[in-house]
Amino acid sequence: MTDVLMPALSPTMEEGTLAKWHVKVGDKVVSGDVIAEIETDKATMEVEAVDDGIVEAILVPEGTEEVKVNTPIARLSGEGAVPAAQPVAAPVAAVAAPVLAPPVVIAAAPVEASLEGKTLVKVTLRDALRDAMAEEMRRDDSVFLMGEEVAQYQGAYKVSRDLLQEFGDRRVIDTPITEHGFAGLGVGAAMAGLKPIVEFMTWNFGMQAIDHIINSAAKTLYMSGGQIRCSIVFRGPNGAAARVGAQHSQDYSAWYAQIPGLKVIAPYDAADAKGLLKAAIRDPNPVVFLEHEMLYGQEFEVPDDPDWVVPIGKARIHRQGRDVTLTAHSRMVGLALKAAEILAAEGIEAEVIDLRTLRPLDHETIIESVRKTNRLVTCEEGWGPMGVGAEVIARVLEHAFDDLDAPPVRVCQKDVPMPYAANLEALSLPNVEDIVAAAKAVCYR
Amino acid sequence: MARGQAKPAAGKKSSVPGPTGTREEMLAYYRQMLLIRRFEERAGQLYGMGLIGGFCHLYIGQEAIAVGVQSIKKPGDQVITGYRDHGHMLACGMDPREVMAELTGREGGSSKGKGGSMHMFSTAADFYGGHGIVGAQVSLGTGLALANKYKANGNVAFTYFGDGAANQGQVYESFNMAELWDLPVVYVIENNQYAMGTSIERASSETHLHKRGHSFRIPGEEVDGMDVMAVKVAAAKAAEHARSGKGPYILEMKTYRYRGHSMSDPQKYRTREEIEEVRKNRDPIEHLQDVLEANGWADEAALKAIDAEVKAIVADAAEFARTSPEPDPSELYTDVYLEVAQ
Ligand SMILES: Cc1ncc(C[n+]2csc(CCOP(=O)(O)OP(=O)(O)O)c2C)c(N)n1
Ligand SMILES: [Mg+2]
Repeated sequence: MTDVLMPALSPTMEEGTLAKWHVKVGDKVVSGDVIAEIETDKATMEVEAVDDGIVEAILVPEGTEEVKVNTPIARLSGEGAVPAAQPVAAPVAAVAAPVLAPPVVIAAAPVEASLEGKTLVKVTLRDALRDAMAEEMRRDDSVFLMGEEVAQYQGAYKVSRDLLQEFGDRRVIDTPITEHGFAGLGVGAAMAGLKPIVEFMTWNFGMQAIDHIINSAAKTLYMSGGQIRCSIVFRGPNGAAARVGAQHSQDYSAWYAQIPGLKVIAPYDAADAKGLLKAAIRDPNPVVFLEHEMLYGQEFEVPDDPDWVVPIGKARIHRQGRDVTLTAHSRMVGLALKAAEILAAEGIEAEVIDLRTLRPLDHETIIESVRKTNRLVTCEEGWGPMGVGAEVIARVLEHAFDDLDAPPVRVCQKDVPMPYAANLEALSLPNVEDIVAAAKAVCYR
Repeated sequence: MARGQAKPAAGKKSSVPGPTGTREEMLAYYRQMLLIRRFEERAGQLYGMGLIGGFCHLYIGQEAIAVGVQSIKKPGDQVITGYRDHGHMLACGMDPREVMAELTGREGGSSKGKGGSMHMFSTAADFYGGHGIVGAQVSLGTGLALANKYKANGNVAFTYFGDGAANQGQVYESFNMAELWDLPVVYVIENNQYAMGTSIERASSETHLHKRGHSFRIPGEEVDGMDVMAVKVAAAKAAEHARSGKGPYILEMKTYRYRGHSMSDPQKYRTREEIEEVRKNRDPIEHLQDVLEANGWADEAALKAIDAEVKAIVADAAEFARTSPEPDPSELYTDVYLEVAQ
């Protein structure tokens, strides 16, 4: 004997009208037969039998309104009606219970990578990124690079120079211009255990692939209960280039930094870029790595050490100061450092913090600094609303509200698409003077 | 605007063919298809009882495809599909209990209740999901194939998608790369004639989807997706092509879904008669039953015994899914990141 219950026909349905019975007492039904019609405020739908049997009783007559979901509406009896619980035969061709991700070694608190005592060599940001990839590819055969023009052309911005020559076309793969597709292929390959580096010619074009970055790469570990891993790095130049107009100049920092499941890195100098890219490639999670085209050709000092790895999730104090905290990432760090020099000449000592990693954000370092300076200016190249600065300020307000002596200020891009005209472009972007002015404002000077 | 092609293949009951497989093989297919059907009927019932939430897309009518294709799957060959995924998981050999418990969002589910109907996985069963974004699994599956080639492991990725998904841009981006790089992938298009309420004629300029690979030089073939043996034979050929290094292959499975797109679909876009016509004349399970009986391989009693066994498995899975506890609140924060091994 089985009760037929008033079914829910949508996630929100709570009750409905039993409009019509297609069966009467004594009828034989087999699963799949339409037995009744139900009306809700949205639609009329047919109810199909789930069990085989004979209709023994109709419990709710047709025409009844406001029948609550799960009320018994009829009773089936006889052959084929299977009670809800019954002892089991073994499942058909069952496999062993799924193997969950093996327990992972919990990392000790990330060690701060220090330049002290290292032999330093001058390297451009571009070559530091290349060296990071080459070293990791030598170390691990499952690491490979794919993207537009990365192989034969040696990279649209020459970041992958010489990689094809060393690693061949199995591991340095030129793709068609199909960001959505090759980002998806990269994620699929990562799910199967490889460690792809997917280069976007710029992050503007990565927008076509944002679905795979967020929906496929960032969320699948969670949705699979820890089974499906996705160790992948998406990298390329981000932010404002020079005079390329609105579609080719945009900062995606805040976009990706909002997504749980992603790690987001935006380094400034070549030592950090190299050490963090190596950490990103070794990381078992999906990483968004935001570079800056305007810094590619700039030289910085980089440790001469193939094991130089910078831990993800640690900010870096680039300059100590007691009067005001300046936070920045990527190219804005250089501007903040210049602003700090100008401020120093006027007697204001600024502490410059390079966020380096945007997710997870190292707010401890920022808060510690604000406890000392009591004043905060955030600097970013992108738009202010809902941005990185907004997040930094929110965390400081949550943890160090009483330490602030002035409302924090955001330095950011003007709230317009990037203009093409040289003068408008310059007006639109945040600059050193803006940072100096903001720092003076929070110092009431 | 209708172009009047590729109507759901209706018409006469196909004549009963002679045996195209062994008795054991065909009985196993019968049992698996029936398991999927009964499982889905029960899932529909649990949905009606409010035990399953959100979207729930049933596979009823399409059983022969997952069963036929996956019958030739070798260990390590991957399977990936969209949100209409319960049948593929059962055909991969996953335990009906863990599948049903995922539907109810319980601890015993394959994703600990954190994925739901549209997002289920089993690395042990080579099942890579379970994807809720139409078309996404096509580039992901092609990526699985890229990994197979990279590792030279001789495996094939079976990548399923619907007639609606076939219009997604990333499908063609993937086709191009798959053929360009000779990736071992078999694309299985489950053409059930509808994408939600839109019939294929209203959405597709070329309704013969197996031709969609022509401009990429990918061979394609139309298959009767209601005939498990036809499916199996076509899949074996396609997989052999892919495995031998010749690149991708497209199989367009002509099929039909009996139920609504998801549980909350009032089905205003087709007639009851249209559904009944397919059910009566082309049902994949009845078709196989006819073959078994005509060849004297199973009498009514034997088939009834299978039916009883399957029903018991499904009842047990439903009971497990109903009684398995909800995930521990501490699971909220697990599986967001993997720790970095040092
Ligand atoms: C990118 C995207 N757009 C829309 C949807 C909503 N949606 C879910 S299923 C579906 C229809 C797909 O039909 P088809 O590919 O034929 O597969 P079937 O449901 O018939 O198995 C739509 C539009 C979605 N999930 N993803
Ligand atoms: Mg369809």
